[in-house]
Amino acid sequence: MGKAIRVAYGEAIAKLGHTNDKVVVLDADLSGATQSKFFKKEFPDRFYNVGIAEENLMGIAAGLAYQGYIPFASTFAVFGTGRAFEIVRNQIAYVNLNVKLALTHSGISVGEDGGSHQSIEDIAIMRTLPNMTIIVPCDAVETEKAVNASAKHLGPVYLRLARPTVEDVTSADDKFEIGKALTLIDGNDACIIACGLMVSRALDAARELKANGIDTAVINMHTIKPLDKDTILKYNSKCKVIVTAEEHSVIGGLGSAVAETIAGTNGAKFAMVGIEDKFGHSGDPSKLFEEYGLTKENIIKKVKENI
Amino acid sequence: MDYIAKGKELRRDIIKMLHISKSGHPGGSLSELEILIALYYEVMNIDPKNPNKEDRDLFVLSKGHACPGLYAVLADKGYFPKDDLWTLRKVDSLLQGHPDSHKTKGIDVNSGSLGQGASVAVGLAIGAKRKGLGQKVYCLLGDGECQEGLVWEAAMAAAHYKLDNLTFILDNNGLQIDGKNDEVMSLGNIKMKFEAFGFKTYEVDGHNVEELVNALKENVHNQPKFILAHTIKGKGISFMENNVGWHGKAPNDEEYELAMKELA
Repeated sequence: MGKAIRVAYGEAIAKLGHTNDKVVVLDADLSGATQSKFFKKEFPDRFYNVGIAEENLMGIAAGLAYQGYIPFASTFAVFGTGRAFEIVRNQIAYVNLNVKLALTHSGISVGEDGGSHQSIEDIAIMRTLPNMTIIVPCDAVETEKAVNASAKHLGPVYLRLARPTVEDVTSADDKFEIGKALTLIDGNDACIIACGLMVSRALDAARELKANGIDTAVINMHTIKPLDKDTILKYNSKCKVIVTAEEHSVIGGLGSAVAETIAGTNGAKFAMVGIEDKFGHSGDPSKLFEEYGLTKENIIKKVKENI
Repeated sequence: MDYIAKGKELRRDIIKMLHISKSGHPGGSLSELEILIALYYEVMNIDPKNPNKEDRDLFVLSKGHACPGLYAVLADKGYFPKDDLWTLRKVDSLLQGHPDSHKTKGIDVNSGSLGQGASVAVGLAIGAKRKGLGQKVYCLLGDGECQEGLVWEAAMAAAHYKLDNLTFILDNNGLQIDGKNDEVMSLGNIKMKFEAFGFKTYEVDGHNVEELVNALKENVHNQPKFILAHTIKGKGISFMENNVGWHGKAPNDEEYELAMKELA
């Protein structure tokens, strides 16, 4: 099984439209790519294509939120968090409006489109905004839960949605709660805290480490903000090493958020797997993941170096 | 209502507010005042006793720095006590340096970062159509503000969605912080530009309440409205009129006395 996270978003939002008539969807000429087209097909009069105008996408979404609707605004992550940043800041986060930024094609897994379209800084810049919730689903199953939870949550949410097809690593029975990490494997020696596409790699790494005698936990930190500090501090106390893994710059993302949490605690040693202050470039996503060290092997290496 | 007397009274409030706060924007607050009077005293469906009523008309002060003018009007309409005006821009004040919908009764939309109010107004107008309660949306733009690209993204969308419940009004006082619009970045034929974007356009004396009311009350179908309101920056106080230095400066004690004498 497995499905692209963006497709899971498209299907989930179309389904949600049937049970929540306040949900409206906006896109900026990328409905075929973001998969908001599923909603458009189901509810043509609740779908607004604002054209290639990402600032206006966010401004119009804010206006609809003031009027009591729950707008999901979709475009690529690089535009929605970058080009539209100051509208998101001043009209959505500052006002604490009920707008959901459902932004796809995040990270370097965009692949062939290249560095201009690969967002590696989006979590960092969204994380600095008060009121903003940030969710990074790791598979299709979790994406549907994240979409539904976002709609129920009052206030702005950034849903960071990846483009590629991924194997499901969570199940329908796993509980999803915004701000509560999902412990996929418990462990006492090392702890890998991952989000998005790096969760499956973290699981692979933990299995191999376990076979090598290192009892390794895997935490799926689907919510980057608000961060589940209790879970982080628990593993910070009981494990010898924490390694974070994210498809994002090591500056300002999940790794930074965890580091901020454990700084000065005299707990576990700490290392990060992520993009090392470099832009991406064109290529097959799996090759890019190798080049940028977003691999099972790199996670294992960081655990072993620090244990 | 005697709008000349009302204009003088509200201008006194604006000047006193800015004198006490020692900061704020008099020029645009004085140029926009008759536009606000036309909207709040004659045109808009509002209820100061029930500021959040569901079917109210909505106002967006996209040129948010001119909020002292709006605060004076809102206090006069009874949204909050007049004494609150004298707390402008102070710590703990309900009256922020730029409009804040959470803090100030009667403020429908946060604004201040230029160009954004126009975009939000489009979203409000689409929402009004969805709700079907007959709400109208009025958005006041500054002339310098029209240099922001987002204004034109919003204008394109307003026409595309045939938002005949949306009116953009331009407080065309000709000046911005760094000087004349024409010297900083010319707007060109702004009325024709909005017309070309699909707006039904009007041109009025922005200090003539009757002309403003007539234009604001014109019904349009399947297209948004644009009202080019010619105004004078600093209107009503001789030494502030058409003087770019009064864009964002508060009057000192002497200037305050002079201004109040002129507005007596």
